[in-house]
Amino acid sequence: MRHEIGLGIGPATFRIGSAWRAPLDALARLYAAYPPVDLSRRVPDFTVRLQPTRPWRRLIRPSIFIAGDHWLPEAAPMALEHGLLAAEMGMNLQMALGWRRHVLLHASSVERDGKAIIITGESGSGKSTLAAMLGERGWRLMGDEFALLDPVSGAVFPFPRLISLKNQAIDIATAGIASERLGPLMAATAKGDIRHLVPRADAIARMKEPATPALLLFPQYGPAADRRPVDPGEAFVRLTQASTNYVALGEAGFRALTRFVTQVPAVALDYPDSATVFAAIDDLWSRIG
Amino acid sequence: MGVTYRAEAPDQIVIEHLGAIDLLYHHRSGATHLVAAPMPQILEALGDGPATVADLIGRLAAQFDFDAAEDMASLLEQRLAELAALGLVRVDG
Repeated sequence: MRHEIGLGIGPATFRIGSAWRAPLDALARLYAAYPPVDLSRRVPDFTVRLQPTRPWRRLIRPSIFIAGDHWLPEAAPMALEHGLLAAEMGMNLQMALGWRRHVLLHASSVERDGKAIIITGESGSGKSTLAAMLGERGWRLMGDEFALLDPVSGAVFPFPRLISLKNQAIDIATAGIASERLGPLMAATAKGDIRHLVPRADAIARMKEPATPALLLFPQYGPAADRRPVDPGEAFVRLTQASTNYVALGEAGFRALTRFVTQVPAVALDYPDSATVFAAIDDLWSRIG
Repeated sequence: MGVTYRAEAPDQIVIEHLGAIDLLYHHRSGATHLVAAPMPQILEALGDGPATVADLIGRLAAQFDFDAAEDMASLLEQRLAELAALGLVRVDG
């Protein structure tokens, strides 16, 4: 590739190659606080390539195709001004399809006193936004997209990539945050408006530090506040649905998830606004010894 | 007469009890099954060795009270067919 950059996020390392310079410049600025990965000295876990859909499309109406070690054949090409999003999507895809060292849960997570809240749910449930806001409110953000469950220890490892904020969540979660920590506003992508937020310095500095899972939340943004316990069987089913590599891990995944759901209390939280959900989380947390 | 049911080898199955349901990991298929009563009880009873439906009714009756009005043989055959479809029980004969 004409241009490339090495990135380390949590336990994973990436080589991002690109036919264009601009997406990598944006990545370099936003990942400046992350430990550098010297690609001349180590082989990264994954390679992502941002390449033109056709050779001439590098210059004429540039259009990005995401390629790499793992890829989805039906992925649509993206506009060059959304190159940062293409790189982030490419990295997520490598993790989702290729990571085998942990049970990969599609969940956000935050930590306090060595204990973690794991937040999972459908797209639009608010898991990314909640984690981003908790990360500005005294919690250590461990990740907004993937929580890595260690089959051996039962601990959760961070994957604090850039936080991906969408649509209305952008204004809510970026209020009062310095512009150096914000990526460009990418309007009208396939996922709506997207803006990336750089995690706080402590989240990046401690990105290899695991935590013991202590609370599993299934938030749902909706009209009425409600709270109900989720039994271990339901939690298990929902976590297997939220994991991209559960089947691939075989018995190790089965044992890790059954241990998780028998040890970690799970609660479904419906919330109409952020004040309600933060009060509920404070209350639940105060009951955890 | 003659149909015998045989449980999958014990080392092929890992069972975790989670309240009302049991989670069952099957090595041979790599599949995870969620099973509720009476499936775990049937598998456990078959663990004592291959059995006909009549044998199974005898083993289960020693532990559980049956509703006399129900056709136990027919119910068990249906459940055994479901377990066989999952690969957790084999049908001989």
